Amino acid sequence: MLTPYVPILVLFLLAVFIAVFVIVLSSQLGPQKPGARKLAPYESGMEPIGPAMRRFPVKFYLVAMLFIVFDIEVVFLFPYALVFRELGAAGLVAAGVFLAILMAGFAYEWKKGALKWD
Amino acid sequence: MQLLVQVIFVLIAAEIVGAAVMVVTAKNIVHAALWLIASFCGVGALYLLLEAEFLAVVQVLVYVGAISILMLFAIMLTRHVTGKGAETSLYQRWWVGLIVAAVLFAAVIAPTVLAHPWETATAAPALPGETGQPAAMAGIVDLGRAFVEEYLLPFEIAAVLLLVGLVGAIVIAFEERAARRHIPTLAEEVAHRRQPE
Repeated sequence: MLTPYVPILVLFLLAVFIAVFVIVLSSQLGPQKPGARKLAPYESGMEPIGPAMRRFPVKFYLVAMLFIVFDIEVVFLFPYALVFRELGAAGLVAAGVFLAILMAGFAYEWKKGALKWD
Repeated sequence: MQLLVQVIFVLIAAEIVGAAVMVVTAKNIVHAALWLIASFCGVGALYLLLEAEFLAVVQVLVYVGAISILMLFAIMLTRHVTGKGAETSLYQRWWVGLIVAAVLFAAVIAPTVLAHPWETATAAPALPGETGQPAAMAGIVDLGRAFVEEYLLPFEIAAVLLLVGLVGAIVIAFEERAARRHIPTLAEEVAHRRQPE
């Protein structure tokens, strides 16, 4: 049954309501006198330089990718962790092989220096 | 109760489809990625509605939390965000995208539709409360058992797949790191702009 999730639904609806309410309220009640100075992007008081969205260094991508891989690994191990006592040795071997394959990748990543932020 | 669930389902489905339409129509590719996050959240809610709690949590954790961040990073480090210039050439071959999308959708939906034993409304399915409600964790326990017994090979292949992703990301990133153009810092850019005058 879904009854335990009703509070989540209520919280979600409240959050949406508050967000929409505040935006609508401020757009309706707030004074709007735009000017060239006011609409200009703020960059610590100096003249804005270049586009706001620049290319990112690739190391961010690498960190995100490594995070996803081990994130999904944990997701796979979680169902196993709930039943590992009754599965016994066979389960341990299965999860061990799973982990060993990923540990090979981890060793490669470590040796290659992908964990260093330089 | 059943009606309420159906109303919620329709709302969530509308949210998913609406967000998905925004993904393909948004001009700014970063906005498209943000709409995709909204679509992922809707799918997570749909899983919750199907009482697949584990999948719902995984959907939020992996897709909303990680995959979408990866997409944003991929956008930010590969191209200029406005995406002008590429538009015209892509829009001319929209029918290629249409065919590919249709074939992929059919490949996903056809086995489900063909293999599912459709029941033509003989009796309403018993409500979970009446027949004895399964424990909240039952599905995950079954999943853990299935990983080790029935689906052992896919379980281990998943590890290989993750390994491939990991190694591939490192190889690509290190190639890029070796060959990338110098990205100027703000101070260098200021100095560069001042030079011509």
